[in-house]
Amino acid sequence: MSVIRNILFSGVGGQGILLASELTAEALLQAGYDVKKSEVHGMAQRGGSVTAQLRYGERVYSPLIDPGTADIQMAFEMMEAVRYLPYLKQDSTVIVNTQKILPPSVATGQAVYPENVLDELSKRDIRVIGVDAFAIAKEAGEVRTANVALVGALSVHLDVEATVFESIIEQRVPQRFLKENMKAFAGGRAAGGE
Amino acid sequence: MTARAQNNSTWMSGNEAIALGAYEAGVVVASGYPGTPSTEIMEYLSTYDTVYTEWAPNEKVGLEVAIGASFAGGRALATMKHVGLNVAADPLFTASYTGGRAGIVVLTADDPDMHSSQNEQDNRNYALAAKIPMLEPSDPAEAKEFLKRAFELGEELDSPVLLRITTRIAHVKGVVQRGEVAAPTDKPEIEKHPEKFVMLPAMARRRRVVVEERMMRCKEIAETADFNVIEDGDSTRGFITSGVSYLYVKEAFPEAAVLKLGMCWPLPEKKIRDFAASVEELYVVEELDPFLETQIKAMGIDCHGKDLIPAIGELNTAVVKKSIDPQRAPKDLYEPVELPPRPPNMCAGCPHRGIFFTLSRMKKVFVSGDIGCYTLGFLPPLNALDSTVCMGASIPMAHGMVKALGEGAHDRVVSVIGDSTFVHSGITGLINSVYNGSAATLIILDNRITAMTGQQPNPSSGSTIRGEAAQELDLEALCRACGVKHVRLLDPHDVPECRKVIKEEVERDEMSVIIAQAPCVLLPDMKLRKPVSYYTNIDNCVGCTSCIRLGCPAISWTVFEEGEAEARGYKKSQKGYSRIDEVLCNDCGQCASLCKFNAITRGEPTR
Repeated sequence: MSVIRNILFSGVGGQGILLASELTAEALLQAGYDVKKSEVHGMAQRGGSVTAQLRYGERVYSPLIDPGTADIQMAFEMMEAVRYLPYLKQDSTVIVNTQKILPPSVATGQAVYPENVLDELSKRDIRVIGVDAFAIAKEAGEVRTANVALVGALSVHLDVEATVFESIIEQRVPQRFLKENMKAFAGGRAAGGE
Repeated sequence: MTARAQNNSTWMSGNEAIALGAYEAGVVVASGYPGTPSTEIMEYLSTYDTVYTEWAPNEKVGLEVAIGASFAGGRALATMKHVGLNVAADPLFTASYTGGRAGIVVLTADDPDMHSSQNEQDNRNYALAAKIPMLEPSDPAEAKEFLKRAFELGEELDSPVLLRITTRIAHVKGVVQRGEVAAPTDKPEIEKHPEKFVMLPAMARRRRVVVEERMMRCKEIAETADFNVIEDGDSTRGFITSGVSYLYVKEAFPEAAVLKLGMCWPLPEKKIRDFAASVEELYVVEELDPFLETQIKAMGIDCHGKDLIPAIGELNTAVVKKSIDPQRAPKDLYEPVELPPRPPNMCAGCPHRGIFFTLSRMKKVFVSGDIGCYTLGFLPPLNALDSTVCMGASIPMAHGMVKALGEGAHDRVVSVIGDSTFVHSGITGLINSVYNGSAATLIILDNRITAMTGQQPNPSSGSTIRGEAAQELDLEALCRACGVKHVRLLDPHDVPECRKVIKEEVERDEMSVIIAQAPCVLLPDMKLRKPVSYYTNIDNCVGCTSCIRLGCPAISWTVFEEGEAEARGYKKSQKGYSRIDEVLCNDCGQCASLCKFNAITRGEPTR
């Protein structure tokens, strides 16, 4: 069977995960891959932990990533980067937005946000690449471009030309924020390497 | 390289593909009620000008609209989530007798694993019970094709057809081919066919026979139709499968012989027998109920099924491998790390929060809840919802509780229901409560929209699916017309007022309705305004945690380190202070209405 690569997107409802996974899928399609993506809508989206699962290769059947098979995780929040650990492959890469969003139990003082939570990944031989997407987005002039900055960071790890991503971003984002989105994408690419 | 490179190829979700299929099939009328995972079908379909689309108040109405359209001669589609078909079951079972004049396709979107549902019923059982054909696609491309084929099949057999999808088809995106748009058919026109449209007993008895004959014919079609395909392969293990489970089988056992059933009812008995005879060991792989397995075993064919494969929840490739050949399953998985959970929560600024905060303080009251965003009022720190069963159940259940509790129980039970759910199936419950002398207070959480499924308009919103103006249902007048003498409007963001009004009405020994009115913060109008943010004056905060107990995502608690309170000039006993995240704040002011220490202030407009 042909090689299938799996990208798991994780984060908190409302962070723009669906758009980020959409841009990535479009780029992979243009690069000639068969792509399937699975998401969950409805109740889970209300500020809860959310994922989008993207699989690509020559021929993709299942829309779901099996435990232990994610090659790359694109995490939009630090604790969410760790939550889906059982899905990750042994030598996988996690690109993580170094942002904390407090879940209700932490915000109300009932629980504590785990300290140095990303150590849970690095101590298991998972390659962790931290990206301060908020800072990149701010630098780009629009804080709402953080998800595009993360796509930039992810794009470094995919076998797709940056220009493919750029042309998709051009088509998909509102024209009045195009400059900011392009800057955020470039900033993300610069930050997404080793 | 891939299909994508070919002409007419696109990439879309199953729901988007079904909408495209309906457009290409020349559907004339489509009606449905929002419900995850089916909602987006009708939304996408409403973007095609040639198809009349609407949101119905509930699934029964939606299907009846479709039947009417078919009786007039137009192809019709009704869409719903799995539990919606329970509501629409009444027309479905008799439409099976009547058929129509043009195809009626009923789309049911099941939700294995209950991502956004209260149960995980397997709606394939409806096809068997209602005696109608059912198609089950495996991916978005097939979903579109099968929808079109469902119309052809239904018209050939004069039968409604069920198209069953699941979450992993509805919300999966894949490559889909655009097709030909059907040539326009005759303009719908009235024709009277009482022998099949009027189901009086005498006529229904004759149609009953027609139904049996039709299903016999459909069985013959099932034997030869290309919905049901045998894929040759290694016969050591042979698989019979359908829907998304087929994809998991293909990945788990790519070498094996497979009988893929695209038509899951009625079943092609001869084809199944031939396939079973051609393999050494037969495995039936299906999500949820042993629907195929039971039928195959009833044919006297020995097979594996639910003895190995879970009947609960979703399958995936790993589960299929583990159940049948554990050697193939992924090994050495990382163990999960214990983390604070992140359940869904009501949004910052959600108008429901003020009501549930108030109810959370009324410990002896049982809150009979319903289906919608407000079901999240169950979660900590509010913990203010005590039951949820199905759409509309909150009101009759509260009535039943009060009757069971007997004399003097009028202040013990409150029901809460959203505007959309009230219109869906709450109104008859209210009429019953008034008619039969209930005294349980009802709170209608009127946020002007069907919010949980993604802001679909409903009769109380004043607009249609296409955003055109529509007659707005007057909930207050409706409640009064039902005979409720005490109807009060309430601003849920004013928490002290909520406390006062709810207390007064709960104590009243007569049926009363409180309509808590404030728009959902996710409505486009609400999102477009630049919300002014509230902020905490940390110097004034005494750490009473009143605002924290709202459970608003924009408010967080900061604990003082040892000695920090005194060092910063607070009382030694103060344990911490609260802080508002100005980016997350949506300007509802509930926290400020609760704060007695002038520690929360509204900022100045920034634009």
